[in-house]
Amino acid sequence: MRMKNRFHITLPLICFLTPVLLWLVLLIVMPHVELLRMSLRTEDISGNPAWGVANFMNFFKEPIYWLTFVRTAVYSILVTLMTFIVAMPVAFYITKVVAPRFQGFLMMLLLMPFWVSELVRVYGWMILLRESGVINHFLTRLGILNQPVEMLYNDVSMVMGLVYTSMLFMAVPLVSVLESLDDSLIEAAYDLGANMFTIFFRIVIPHAMPGIVSGSIVVFMLTLGNYLTPNLMGGKNSLWFTEQIYNQFIASFNWNQGSAFGFLLLALSSLVIWAGLKLTRQKLSRVVQ
Amino acid sequence: MIRSLPNSHRYLYGYKLYMGVYFAFLFAPLVVTCVLAFNDSQFPALPWKGFTLEWFTGDLPQRVGIFHDRMNLESIWVSAQVAFFVTILSVTVGTCAAFLFEQEEFPFKSALYFLMLSPLVIPGVILGISILLFSNTLGMFFETRWGIDVPLFRPGFWLVVLGQFSFIATLVTLVVSARLRKFDRTLEEAALNLGANRFEVIWHITLKFLRPAIFGAAAVAFLMSFENFNTTLFLVSSDTTLPINLYLQVRDGSTPVINAISFLLIVGTSLAAIVNLYFSRKQE
Repeated sequence: MRMKNRFHITLPLICFLTPVLLWLVLLIVMPHVELLRMSLRTEDISGNPAWGVANFMNFFKEPIYWLTFVRTAVYSILVTLMTFIVAMPVAFYITKVVAPRFQGFLMMLLLMPFWVSELVRVYGWMILLRESGVINHFLTRLGILNQPVEMLYNDVSMVMGLVYTSMLFMAVPLVSVLESLDDSLIEAAYDLGANMFTIFFRIVIPHAMPGIVSGSIVVFMLTLGNYLTPNLMGGKNSLWFTEQIYNQFIASFNWNQGSAFGFLLLALSSLVIWAGLKLTRQKLSRVVQ
Repeated sequence: MIRSLPNSHRYLYGYKLYMGVYFAFLFAPLVVTCVLAFNDSQFPALPWKGFTLEWFTGDLPQRVGIFHDRMNLESIWVSAQVAFFVTILSVTVGTCAAFLFEQEEFPFKSALYFLMLSPLVIPGVILGISILLFSNTLGMFFETRWGIDVPLFRPGFWLVVLGQFSFIATLVTLVVSARLRKFDRTLEEAALNLGANRFEVIWHITLKFLRPAIFGAAAVAFLMSFENFNTTLFLVSSDTTLPINLYLQVRDGSTPVINAISFLLIVGTSLAAIVNLYFSRKQE
């Protein structure tokens, strides 16, 4: 192997490299190798431990498993899309429309709710939406509803909760990417007679692409791996794939099956992120900054 | 379209309305949670039955306020301890990683950099189960091979710390790296010419320059650890952290005590956010 000319083993290099290697090898690489290894452990006919893909076969044989998987994936993409649609105008308003002296204040308002734990935010929505909740109280008081309606525990409330939870991770990259968009580009286009839609699709969106990609990646990954929101806001029928993993690990105590599920979720998340990066010709190392 | 161009009134008012609705959507759950912490009712729901502080200070059998709620207070304490150790660990290792990737050259650097970024795109639940599996296997190995029982390898306090550290360190690395990239390396060269060694330069010059970024990263690390749920869920044992404990209570029916805790969390984190913002503004 040819090494770079500048490479010497120096004391500082060793001091910096050792803790980082320990961290990445012991807490990232080895555990995921173990995840794959455990997912391939199974039993042969006489009940002895053996290697095999039975855990993965179970996934395809049982419709409940792969249906949940597909559902989770489709809903995650939907949530990512909706988060973008809601957050884009907000980011544009804060960076381009509002008077500069309000910018800092609005930015603070935007960030504030996300410092609070996800659990507290989900709990707030539960108090608002449930049958004995605040919204039902007002609607029945105003005579719009005759009796309270259960608004929680369905797919709509779950998707709304997921959009709410992931909003920050879309808004922040969008704000930072729009800040770097030169106003004079928009002014020039306007002077040359471009209408709003042309400006938006030909100037704003192309410029914002790195922010859109990084926001989407984080939102998608967080939604896919979310457990709290689907569990507390979704109904009995709206199972999320992380709940399947949890059930295998904690309820059934079938760690091998759970590992296979975990591996599939990881593969899906990596695949979608990789495809997203490839389609938009972005690099992960650029996107995270 | 933008502020320097002429805009129709309809556009501006429409936009303001949208922002109003958005911020209402953003704050509604938090405001409702806070308000109902002071409602004199057995349930966190309307109608309003009058103002009370009993969900904070109460010590009656049917109404135990948060300040007398042993279980919840203990979980807050556990969370604070976990967050403390996670912060120390991730700031130390994250700063090392920032120096490693910004200032050192070694083979396979870009591969290792990619590996360092990977926790950002691994779902927290997966990180949790992987670490659980690996530590369990290690524990079994130590037990059968040498007959040693290592408590670290069983779900519990230290495994939670390690699990949270594994991805929070990445965030610290990114924050510190961003600041380190702005550092003028001629300052280091000057110090080296004047006879300082590499470690003296780092200690006296580079770390001084990095201090705001390190404190900022530490604050974020503490908060992320304090509020982590996904990774912790699989690594926790009897000493539950606050998010896990709250989750179990919310799932099995809730009392206004949860609103009281939420109120304290909202006020606490908002204050921390304002202080953090104030200091980061001052630096700029």
